[in-house]
Amino acid sequence: MTLGARPYGERAVLVDVPAGRAPVAVAHLLDDVAGVVEVVPAARTLLVEFEPDIITWESVAAALDGEPPPESTAARLVTLVVRYDGADLDGVADVADISVQEVVRRHAAAEYTVAFCGFAPGFAYLTGLDPVLQVPRLGEPRAAVPAGSVGIAAEFTGVYPRRSPGGWRLLGRTDTALWDVERDPPALLAPGTPVRFVPR
Amino acid sequence: MIEVVAPGPLTTVQDGGRPGWARLGVPRSGAFDRAALRLANRLVGNPEDTAAFEVTFGGLELRFTRAATVAVTGASCPGLDWGTPVTVGAGRSVRLGLPARGLRTYLAIRGGVDVAAQLGSRSTDTLSGLGPPPVRAGDLLGIGAAACGPVSGTAAAPAMPRPSLRVLVGPRDDWFDPEALEVLTGSAWTVRGESDRIGIRLDGPNLRRSRSDELPSEPTLPGAIQVPTDARPIVFGPDAPVTGGYPVLAVVVRADLDAAAQLRPGDTVRFSRATGAGRAT
Repeated sequence: MTLGARPYGERAVLVDVPAGRAPVAVAHLLDDVAGVVEVVPAARTLLVEFEPDIITWESVAAALDGEPPPESTAARLVTLVVRYDGADLDGVADVADISVQEVVRRHAAAEYTVAFCGFAPGFAYLTGLDPVLQVPRLGEPRAAVPAGSVGIAAEFTGVYPRRSPGGWRLLGRTDTALWDVERDPPALLAPGTPVRFVPR
Repeated sequence: MIEVVAPGPLTTVQDGGRPGWARLGVPRSGAFDRAALRLANRLVGNPEDTAAFEVTFGGLELRFTRAATVAVTGASCPGLDWGTPVTVGAGRSVRLGLPARGLRTYLAIRGGVDVAAQLGSRSTDTLSGLGPPPVRAGDLLGIGAAACGPVSGTAAAPAMPRPSLRVLVGPRDDWFDPEALEVLTGSAWTVRGESDRIGIRLDGPNLRRSRSDELPSEPTLPGAIQVPTDARPIVFGPDAPVTGGYPVLAVVVRADLDAAAQLRPGDTVRFSRATGAGRAT
């Protein structure tokens, strides 16, 4: 597998991951490579920070030029119980042209995978959303979304780990803590974690 | 103990930050002017990344309940000699005035500022709220036991501001008009008032994109020059989000990000292309 790479400053490279591959799976190729400081997956790319005194970019590229290990089956499924009473249920049903019950059924029917984290500590972008539910984010983001809110935007679903501004369309809420800095690891959902939502 | 008499406009505790947690969405955080933090700590005999005060635009006043050795670096403020370790007697105070130029002053205390660490760092993350809250009047903070060496002599004079910040092109220069790089390096940019530890927001000519579609979220790093839809660049600081959905035209080299930390609203800044050395590919 040959991956395109773009320099990102002096000691990092942004790697393009071809469609059909999960950046988080490719990231595992660098799990035990000395001199690799941090590997951060996102939607279609992977940022590799490395220590140029220890490893050259060519060696990083060589490590990436392998078959990714099989999708991690070791990651434990996380089940989140959701009260589907979100402020945007009706709006999503309208845009998708289905009933509210069908919105809930489709959202809870899929199995998701954490593609990457961002926006806030513990905020996971989950892929696997039913195409019918892939609606754009709100035109105007809300100033405050409560912690535990379950939302959708474009190809992703996710849960707000803490109260924050947000533009995702809200379907419901979970009481499960997504982020607890005193817990190890602090994030319930890390890249690669499989997730299901269960209506309460 | 250290009693905060007045924090000034914004004082936070900063150390080497939280590298290693970005994949869970945690910003790097840590001192914006990392070289200044390290120098201040060396002067008082601490490990380089020990927690110290990052003082934004002066105004910090501290009272010490026991004698302590301190040193200030970064933006020079009246009240304490720059780059010189000073022992402050028990019950005595220090007060930093307004810096004549520069923005961020680092006040290190021999032993370090002892606040609770989160995810291995005592840094205040102004984006996500990790670490201690910004310093407030009346706070009582402990002094740690981090000292590992002798107190040093005086440091050389503060570095002069760099005439321009060196950048490495990419990763998404192909998302911009071919002239965008010349506009970036050929223009004088003005620092906007909304600049903070998340990013230095700049005013100047538009950096026009050649593509109008949406960029899928990408990982980011401090120093990245991101260009949102208003075509005005933002230089990411230590508390920047770890992913972003706007293209990055170029990245400020690490050594020059320290100089960028000293830019204040209204200042003018230029960019220049870094030459070959240090390139990743």
